[in-house]
Amino acid sequence: MRFAVRSARGLRRFAELAAVCVVSLGLAALGHPGITVAAQPEPTPEERYASPLELLLSPDGRELYVLCQGADEVRVLEAASGHVVRIIPVGHEPRGFSFSPDGKRLLAANSWDDTVTVADTNTGRVLATWPAGYEPSSVVEDRAGKSLFVADRIGNDVTVLDAVTGAVRATLEAGRGTSYLTVSGSRMYATHVYPNPGPHRTAPMSEITVIDAVRAQVVDRMMLPGIAGTFHVALSRDGRLGVAAELHPKNLVPLAHVEHGWAFVDTLTVFGVDVGKPVEVPLDEIDRYFAMPFGVAIAPDKSRIFVTSAGSECVTAIDTNRMLAFIRAHREPFAEDLSASAHYVVARIPVGKNPRGVAMSRDGARLYVANHLDDTISVIDTRTLRVVQTLRLSGPAKVSPLRRGEQIFYSSHSFQGQFGCSNCHIDSTFDGMQWDLEPDGFGRDIVDNRLIEDLRGTEPFKWNGGNPTLAQECGIRTEMYFWRTQNYDDLRLADLVLYIRSLPSRPNRWLASDGVLTPAQQRGREVFYRTTDKLGQPIPPENRCSTCHSGPKGTDQKSFDVGTGKATDNTGLLDTPQLRNIALTAPYLHDGSAATLEEIWTVYNPHDRHGRTNDLTKDELNDLIEYLRTQ
Amino acid sequence: MKLARVLAVALIAAVGSAGGQAVHPVRIAHAAAPAERAPKMPRFRWENYTTANGLPDNHVFSVLVDGDRIWAGTNNGLAEYANGRWKVYTTADGLAHRAVLSLALDKKTGAVWAGTMGGLSRISAGRIDTYTQLNSGLSNDVVYGVSVEGDNVWVATAAGACRLNTRTGEWSLYNERNTPMIEIWAYGVSAAADKVYYAVWGSGLLEYTQKTHAWDMYSDPDGETEIVLLKDQGLIHEITSSVSYVDGIVWVSTYFGDSRYDGRYWHNFLTKDSGLPSNFTNFVKGVDRNRAWFCTDKGLAYYDGIHWAVYRPALDTHKPEMTVRDAAGHVTAIPVTTAPAHNYVLGIDFQGQDVWVATAEGLSHGIYQPY
Repeated sequence: MRFAVRSARGLRRFAELAAVCVVSLGLAALGHPGITVAAQPEPTPEERYASPLELLLSPDGRELYVLCQGADEVRVLEAASGHVVRIIPVGHEPRGFSFSPDGKRLLAANSWDDTVTVADTNTGRVLATWPAGYEPSSVVEDRAGKSLFVADRIGNDVTVLDAVTGAVRATLEAGRGTSYLTVSGSRMYATHVYPNPGPHRTAPMSEITVIDAVRAQVVDRMMLPGIAGTFHVALSRDGRLGVAAELHPKNLVPLAHVEHGWAFVDTLTVFGVDVGKPVEVPLDEIDRYFAMPFGVAIAPDKSRIFVTSAGSECVTAIDTNRMLAFIRAHREPFAEDLSASAHYVVARIPVGKNPRGVAMSRDGARLYVANHLDDTISVIDTRTLRVVQTLRLSGPAKVSPLRRGEQIFYSSHSFQGQFGCSNCHIDSTFDGMQWDLEPDGFGRDIVDNRLIEDLRGTEPFKWNGGNPTLAQECGIRTEMYFWRTQNYDDLRLADLVLYIRSLPSRPNRWLASDGVLTPAQQRGREVFYRTTDKLGQPIPPENRCSTCHSGPKGTDQKSFDVGTGKATDNTGLLDTPQLRNIALTAPYLHDGSAATLEEIWTVYNPHDRHGRTNDLTKDELNDLIEYLRTQ
Repeated sequence: MKLARVLAVALIAAVGSAGGQAVHPVRIAHAAAPAERAPKMPRFRWENYTTANGLPDNHVFSVLVDGDRIWAGTNNGLAEYANGRWKVYTTADGLAHRAVLSLALDKKTGAVWAGTMGGLSRISAGRIDTYTQLNSGLSNDVVYGVSVEGDNVWVATAAGACRLNTRTGEWSLYNERNTPMIEIWAYGVSAAADKVYYAVWGSGLLEYTQKTHAWDMYSDPDGETEIVLLKDQGLIHEITSSVSYVDGIVWVSTYFGDSRYDGRYWHNFLTKDSGLPSNFTNFVKGVDRNRAWFCTDKGLAYYDGIHWAVYRPALDTHKPEMTVRDAAGHVTAIPVTTAPAHNYVLGIDFQGQDVWVATAEGLSHGIYQPY
């Protein structure tokens, strides 16, 4: 079954233009009269920001392949000069790419098209476009050239494709938010941007899924306690040392304790024969954080490890031997001992905005860094640990308000630079966690994180509906409770709001491309809109699904008490959440206590206050859920 | 129907509570023919695993072979045997329930699915994900049977059949409202690319055709009786306990005799005219179109299409016993020194020419002995 990809590019473009119109009218309409925005044109569709995300160096080191997520293309540059040699078109929102083992094919994962592009590296010609799983985020080929492995972020799995025909051979269950793949010998390592589902109000747990590339089966899961999101993982050339970049949140205590270092630690998990059992080490310093570690490279001789900090505009260089010596000399845990990094960090190298993927020259002399949000590539001399060249990609010359808003969103502007918006809204989504946000005591007012796509028409914000506008949600309230420092002037806040309002809804994978519902979805729709129960009794309007979850986004924008409140909540009324892409955002309810959509009704609706559902059979409840997943 | 169920349950209770001792000796007419003239049926040296050598519980409900790895579903956890050692998964590891009734392997991914008394669990490289009637679309937490076909996991529960599409996460439930099922106590399931068969306690054999999405039901042509009036005319009884679909052939067991169905003709197996040691069969597993293994309350039986062999501790002396029945009905005792752990047999799987057998008193490894 093919699922809809509702012209995502068009949606984004429409959203951007609409957002500009809103800003042009002044943000007074958003309820923040102090904000005004200078009218500045957005780039036309022909002038898209390149937004480089990942890099590859050709085997001979002469060409630099740049995955330009914003332009839906791969640009091939002369590594020395930065001149464009050719451009390879790929699918929408590409998120990862790699070479085949023989270097003859380029493989790109197109996250919004659910496809993989196969291109000839000599000619740049696209040879094939193959369907993969839900939201492909990286793709690699096994050493034998037999299979392609595709990490599917929404599918939470790795799709195995025949490397010749593209036929799906297997779908391997991975962790939640499967996103990055690295191959080392016969082993494939998959990392995940969201934590695995776990018990309510417990520390998160992610994993590195280890796949036997020959058998195409999962053979091990390296569990990462305390870790919410893991990004790139790199293996040394001899395969004996592995390094994964990751986020270690502290979501069980009030975020108001940011000044005590209680929000996030940015860490690495180091594993492999050189280390023994996996060990987590911090990247941060006691009074300075290096947020959102993303790309990792290990020098050919293993002497240095380089890590990009996407939120802190720098690359951290680590002396591997000193780090291993520290690990051997100290007893775990030291992930939260921020004095540790002084033992092994040798440099913090400033680069461009939102540094993401890296590529290292074969001799280890040069490290290339993709600065995602300023369309540049930083070239670092790994001996002097300085940027020696900056390659600028073609694109709009001006930084638009929307682009500025995106840069703010992805930079860490809290106290001591601990974190930013994108820490909890990974790649502008959510994080699958519940947070203790307010300074009202430990364990009070626990709230589940929500998706922030397509927010127009879903006001007010917060689970208690306390913030009528995005400007209020993202402005002073965030500064007071999250950042613990003043961050924005009016213009910066307006830019940030503009960016958030521009985020379109991603394609719904559960709705057929023609919009026709399956029989189960159609039956579920009838349950959703019913007005009488199975006993023939009228269902009061306030107790029908379709009353509160009405309108195009599935919310009437009002607050209700549906019987799901907890003794620890400060309010009895809860904002009606929108239903867009609800299948993605488990757990559910305001505090994330319902692990699945089913539990909303099988566990947390004993008195039919959250809709009349207790007359339904299990089949009918399943149908209702099938319908909800199409929203 | 109700009477039949009560009788069957009583019989299970009687046998199951016998503490591992066979209390109903079965009369076998041993012929004087020497063992060397008997049909050459597979011979095994049996090695038995119990709590004494690592199994978490002697009551083994199910067994699954995955290459060199053996999985045993016991009354007290799921045990994995690899490299000569047992590893045990319990509810503390995320297993849905301690009693693991059924097991199935997803050959494409290597994941193991375990049907338990408290839900359905998937075990993949040490991680356990559990589906229950509260946290998922699973129809009921009592999962008697599970089978994997393509991206679908087919489940037999105490409240009907259901299917999980592992790609989309969609659950589809099948019960008295959308199938010919009268009773919804689904006991066993066997799924393939063309057909899916369910053994439903009280509703006979349910057949789902993948191409048409149509359900059909096979019932006992004699109606609700324990007497087989019309032999080879259909299913022996509507209380079915297990089904195995292999090479286009359906092997189906009941507590009153077993059957083979080729899509057109039925063939019934009863103790009175076959080598089956008991009509009370817990589990059947086909090898191919002609061969099958039957797990009964009075021993393990193998049928090669013509001859029968039975492996068990003797019902009277409890000494190791193997008997072979030829096409003419002559039964020959084969000298053996080992036997499965118990004659109350609940499951079987194959490892090349070896077999692994779940019994009420341990897990048995039948190591093939060439002639």
